[in-house]
Amino acid sequence: MKILVCISNVPDTTTKIAFTNNDTTFNTAGVQFVINPYDEWYALVRALELKEAQGGNVTILHIGGADSEPTIRKGLAIGADDAVRIDADPTDAFAVAEQVAAYAKDKGFDLVMVGKETINYNGAMVGGMLAELLNLPFVSMATKLDVAGGVATIEHDIDGGTEVVECPLPLVLSANKGMSEARIPNMRGIMAARTKPLTVVPAAASDKLTNVVSYKLAAGRTDCKFIDASTPEKLIELLHTEAKAL
Amino acid sequence: MSVLVYTELSKGKIKKSSLEAVNYGSRLAAQLNTTATAVINGDADVADLGKAGAKKVLRLKNDKLKTNDPLYLTAAVEQAAAAEGADIIIFVHDFTGKAVASRLAARLKAGMVAGVVDNPTISGGSFAVKKNVFSGKATAVYNINSAKKVISILASSFPIELKDNTAEVADFAVNLDNVNSPIKVKEVKQDTSELSLGDADIVVSAGRGLKGPENWGMIEELAKTLGAATACSRPVADMHWRPHHEHVGQTGVAIRPNLYFAIGISGAIQHLAGVNGSKTIVAINSDKEAPFFKSADYGIVGDAFEVVPKLIQALKTFKAQQ
Repeated sequence: MKILVCISNVPDTTTKIAFTNNDTTFNTAGVQFVINPYDEWYALVRALELKEAQGGNVTILHIGGADSEPTIRKGLAIGADDAVRIDADPTDAFAVAEQVAAYAKDKGFDLVMVGKETINYNGAMVGGMLAELLNLPFVSMATKLDVAGGVATIEHDIDGGTEVVECPLPLVLSANKGMSEARIPNMRGIMAARTKPLTVVPAAASDKLTNVVSYKLAAGRTDCKFIDASTPEKLIELLHTEAKAL
Repeated sequence: MSVLVYTELSKGKIKKSSLEAVNYGSRLAAQLNTTATAVINGDADVADLGKAGAKKVLRLKNDKLKTNDPLYLTAAVEQAAAAEGADIIIFVHDFTGKAVASRLAARLKAGMVAGVVDNPTISGGSFAVKKNVFSGKATAVYNINSAKKVISILASSFPIELKDNTAEVADFAVNLDNVNSPIKVKEVKQDTSELSLGDADIVVSAGRGLKGPENWGMIEELAKTLGAATACSRPVADMHWRPHHEHVGQTGVAIRPNLYFAIGISGAIQHLAGVNGSKTIVAINSDKEAPFFKSADYGIVGDAFEVVPKLIQALKTFKAQQ
């Protein structure tokens, strides 16, 4: 089975967010970048488990500049067989989907996996767009995935519950919690990652249909008002009269 | 040109978030001197769609649409948009929105922004929308540069306004003769809890501070008294004290209720990422240094096992007076 897992390079969750250039650019100074957790724990690790059980090949694909190569190497250290970096700007979901589609369309992947969303732009758009551009079915928010006899059985979240579906390969899916557990690269993986193939592909023609004009930090909450533990009725009064939440 | 809004039902009723989307679409239509048309899949009383501002309601008709398969829904909305001459299509950023809106945007080559939290700013040739980024730590303003646009709004971002308007309602026959989805639904498991976490106005959430699953009785009672849904932190779900679907946070469900109670939850940044959209946050923790107090509006430093029963009692007194 040939599996393609798309990975994004995102600031670690605990990063303090700041902007520069008059609030038009994310300030990357001192920021620790990681593989988008949903791409890593949910999509990549499940892809590796399937490969280990059934044989095949897992390719990771990333859209971005050379500065994201440490993140790609981490994906290889976890166990991906090879990696592709498309040298393009990953800022518009449609343009990203076009880049991935241009690369993947004639490679014969059985499964194309993305995380449910990235933790920096939280769009959850690329999977569906990619499926459309590749003319493949798309199953979103998968929580379980098994493959047997060329057919994927997927449990995924839907509105107000979950659904189990079957779909013949190939298909595109987005991965949610439940697919697998986090895997930490071991020393052998890290050593092996250094020599695994990382191919850089020039950007394909793409259409940037949206762009960020400006950023603003979310307004923090004003100081927490403390209520004495012996008088919870004070809390209720404040929630009623001040916060108007009751 | 009109504005098309995709709406849907939950347990036979129009979703609140769909009404928000119709409100949004009709405000946007007014800015563009046009009208909003709502499409709906399924049979229900659609009067509220008119009250929310839709000039027209199209009931999507085709037997294949009974499965909610995104391929069929995408084709249905595409055909309705073409019939209405709609260049802007509004969805809710929910499970359906994530599966259908993005696919449709790619098909139409429409610029898309997902999880929008404010009305668009339209000036000259530019069309700007705002959304949350960095898991709620910031907002970003995006320009959508294409003629066709797909916008999915973040639920619970806008107050719902219903006015005394009536929409013209018509059936819309969808042609799916050439659309055949390879996806077969084998089983649907509906969440049986009365109040789904995403729809709840008030959420009562508890963490490791509760010490064990046997202590959740008071949390459930507090939730019941408030008419709230229950939630939990990641360690609690990982230790199987509570079901996984209750886990809120970055790796669980992101929620934005009107009121969020965090009881015995320290407030790790990953947890906050899933709840910081809540309008009002109350933290109850025995550790006065718990990081949650920095992200809460109201705090009580105290032992949950003493505070929560007192809080339930005080709430019952309050409810009785109302």
